[in-house]
Amino acid sequence: MRFAVVVFPGSNCDHDAYYAITHVLGQQAAFVWHKDRSLAGADVVILPGGFSHGDYLRTGAIARFSPIMTAVREFAAAGGPVLGICNGFQILLECGLLPGAMLRNRDVKFHCEFVGLRVERTDTPFTSQCAVGQVLRLPIAHGEGNYFAPAETIAELEAGGRIVFRYANLAGEATERANPNGALDNIAGICNEARNVVGLMPHPERACETLVGSADGLVVFESVVHALAARGVLQAVSR
Amino acid sequence: MTHLGPGSAGDAATVAQHGLTREEYARIVDLLGREPNLTELGLFSVMWSEHCSYKSSRVHLRTLPTEGAGVLQGPGENAGAVDIGDGLAAVFKIESHNHPSFIEPYQGAATGVGGIIRDIFTMGARPIALLDSLRFGPLEDRRNRRIVRGVVSGIGGYGNSIGIPTVGGEVMFDESYNGNPLVNVFCLGIARHDAIVKGQASGVGNPVYYVGAKTGRDGIHGATMASAEFDETSADKRPTVQVGDPFMEKLLLEACLEVMQAGAVVGVQDMGAAGLTCSTCETGSRGGVGVEIDVARVPQREPGMTPYEIMLSESQERMLLIVKRGREAEVERIFEKWDLHAVRIGEVTADGLLRVRQHGTLVAEVPNRALTEEAPLYRRPMAEPEGRDVLQKVRRDQLGPLPQPTDALLTLLGSPTVASKHWIYRQYDTMVRTNTIAETGLTAGVVRVKGTRRALAMSVDGNGRYCLLDPRQGARLAVAEAARNVACAGARPIGATNCLNFGNPERPDIMWQFAEAVAGIGEACRALEVPITGGNVSLYNETDGCAILPTPVIGVVGLLEDAATVLTRVFPSAGLEIVLLGEGLGELGGSEYLKTLHGLLQGRPPVIDLARERALQRLLVESASTGVIRSAHDTAEGGLAVALAECCFDAGGLGADVSVPGAPSDGDVDRLAATLFGESASRVLVSVAPDRVEAFVAAARSAGVPATRIGRTGGSGIRIAVDGTVAIECAVADAEARWNGCLARWLDGRAA
Repeated sequence: MRFAVVVFPGSNCDHDAYYAITHVLGQQAAFVWHKDRSLAGADVVILPGGFSHGDYLRTGAIARFSPIMTAVREFAAAGGPVLGICNGFQILLECGLLPGAMLRNRDVKFHCEFVGLRVERTDTPFTSQCAVGQVLRLPIAHGEGNYFAPAETIAELEAGGRIVFRYANLAGEATERANPNGALDNIAGICNEARNVVGLMPHPERACETLVGSADGLVVFESVVHALAARGVLQAVSR
Repeated sequence: MTHLGPGSAGDAATVAQHGLTREEYARIVDLLGREPNLTELGLFSVMWSEHCSYKSSRVHLRTLPTEGAGVLQGPGENAGAVDIGDGLAAVFKIESHNHPSFIEPYQGAATGVGGIIRDIFTMGARPIALLDSLRFGPLEDRRNRRIVRGVVSGIGGYGNSIGIPTVGGEVMFDESYNGNPLVNVFCLGIARHDAIVKGQASGVGNPVYYVGAKTGRDGIHGATMASAEFDETSADKRPTVQVGDPFMEKLLLEACLEVMQAGAVVGVQDMGAAGLTCSTCETGSRGGVGVEIDVARVPQREPGMTPYEIMLSESQERMLLIVKRGREAEVERIFEKWDLHAVRIGEVTADGLLRVRQHGTLVAEVPNRALTEEAPLYRRPMAEPEGRDVLQKVRRDQLGPLPQPTDALLTLLGSPTVASKHWIYRQYDTMVRTNTIAETGLTAGVVRVKGTRRALAMSVDGNGRYCLLDPRQGARLAVAEAARNVACAGARPIGATNCLNFGNPERPDIMWQFAEAVAGIGEACRALEVPITGGNVSLYNETDGCAILPTPVIGVVGLLEDAATVLTRVFPSAGLEIVLLGEGLGELGGSEYLKTLHGLLQGRPPVIDLARERALQRLLVESASTGVIRSAHDTAEGGLAVALAECCFDAGGLGADVSVPGAPSDGDVDRLAATLFGESASRVLVSVAPDRVEAFVAAARSAGVPATRIGRTGGSGIRIAVDGTVAIECAVADAEARWNGCLARWLDGRAA
């Protein structure tokens, strides 16, 4: 199975995603430069974290104009699994593949820490191997992760079962205290209507080995491998 | 030499404006065999500034031990390098950005981070970790709170964006830093031995390239600013502080590493202090060649810049590359990929001169060596400050009524220097690049080395109070503590870097402090076998004639053979035996206790037996690798009581119950306080499983390390008995709340 890790100028979690996929998960991955126009036959696309273009405008606002994003949109439209992590999530919001926007964290400070993340839905390729209500311990590292959308959008997301992750305590309660950034309804990750495009603020790629603090993030990548295998992609690659 | 543009710059006012003395000017005339023009005077003024030339400090720095089995690169390059096995090297250095951080905290700190990162990747190393050593004035003063907030967000703003984790550091507060905060940033990178690139020009005819941000009028004479004290007009110096662009530096970092990996360059140097001047003459001087450039080709941010301004600008995020002839197209292509424009501005020549042209017209011509090696060297007068004997004595009658020990502990835990720094480091990305060992309660920053089983531990330490009272002893203690912190994580110290922050070296008492401190560093580094591979000196840290505490900060790097054996300070479970390694001598001099509880900065700092310290560190490394000790924490500010409390924090409220003998002396103050809060060196609290404790204690003693079983982990309280009588008793939860809440209480939710 082949993962494409898109590299924007200013991406800084690209190597981390690559390492998790290749060294920990044992799958294939390739970096795809943002000026490329082709995903080179990838089965999964990762938009990694970082500060694309310095995030000097709104986070992710410039990256959406990169040539590769046309290919990413087409890939997503064709049902290909796309995961946006942190800045990658912000890019997905900016390019309209996911609804809503990010505000600065409610205390207007950057936060880097482990948080609890409750899995709300397992019917996405990136959560297929999770259990509903399972709490993952993953790190966040962002200054603008305060998810916001109009009430009707939130209602739509809720009704469509598109809220994939919520910040929660270890008991699985999505409390105000467990919410690190003020995100509406403790929303940490969402998906599109077709469920193949998922964005989340926490970093599963940073939590794939206990040595660096947690291996809870691995299930996100295992899920997509499993989901694609179920669709016969593995066989297609090995043939 | 009339063709060298505006004539002689030798009038007294111009020379003085450039921070040069008459004698220095005469030396310039002597070296050139003529009067310099204004541009040349500018080159000399920045290169001969204290900041670039180390003219007051070099004679002392030369005494430091810089060699050792593992040293691949000692001082003199952009950073030092030490072997870490498997053909890999740790490349590291610490640098100060004190003056700019006072003038403009956010940008000053941010560009400090940017500067040291450039020093590391310039060597061909991939930067993977940052540490900060910070000193601020007390938080009671809102100006200091503003500086703290600005510095912390500046460090985060730069490091988080460029994607290099800040994995540790230390912060202390003292009135002496009121007008003069210290921002010392340490960076470590990894390189293959054979891929280390030096800041040298070579190969006559090789092209010289400029890449990165455009040159503007910012930071002109920044190096000169950093070589003078502050006074009430310092705010006017704001324009000499540069603005950082971490995005630009991220592009430079990736592109430069790619170019270096391709083997297309012979030398690289970043443009930091003294910008284009420093990078050209230093690379030329190191390589024994000349460098000729045309400033008209330098990308400029604004029109009408003079050669003087272009040469002296300290605009950030710029690099100078000496490219192999014939590889130009390849280099340009790599930079284009990253949307950077590499511009050929000149070439390497054979004549040893820095020759500057503008549109072909010669505007400056100076031997590279005259700007570098032949800079003045001073043996400045030194004098031991008067009244030290009074300062070093503490009398009981100077103290008011003694607080209850439990209250004293709680007060110390809630004082900014001792309290948890979580408020600060939560704002830093500590994990990006997925190397950071995320255990809570590490005594050092620890990153694994991908592709190996190893990890690197690193710590920065320095105690200005000790150094005021006895600079030599204070410096020895700083080296020992940095190395001990690394050893407490289970790592063997392999190299060190230093950042020496002092006042005005033209004052004999300050110069004496400096010389004594350097001597102390040398003694400790030799005894502990940690060579100094480079560093930085920051002098003139004074505001309105009031100097900071002499603050040598030592960064030590250690190697952990197996990353999985890393230790933290936290007691991992109940029922473990607590063993005190080393012994308390009842030394309260220079302690946090005297300062915080009694407002006194007096006494003699703790003594240190370096041979015993070395035995202690070896024991720690050995015992960590075999797993016999389960946690380790040294006693530092606040002594035994604070250290024991800290071992109970971040552990879900697990407590400890210990009993210790009273200290042998009363520290001239109070035996109980000296026992609990004295800061005797070379002491570490470790926890050991009960079935292994006897053998461990015996092994420690035979290694020459005093070892005493003092109690057990368990319960939810902290209890310390002295000579059989309970002196301290409190709930872990209460103590931890004090410790955790301090910085947030000061820094959140108050009017700026």
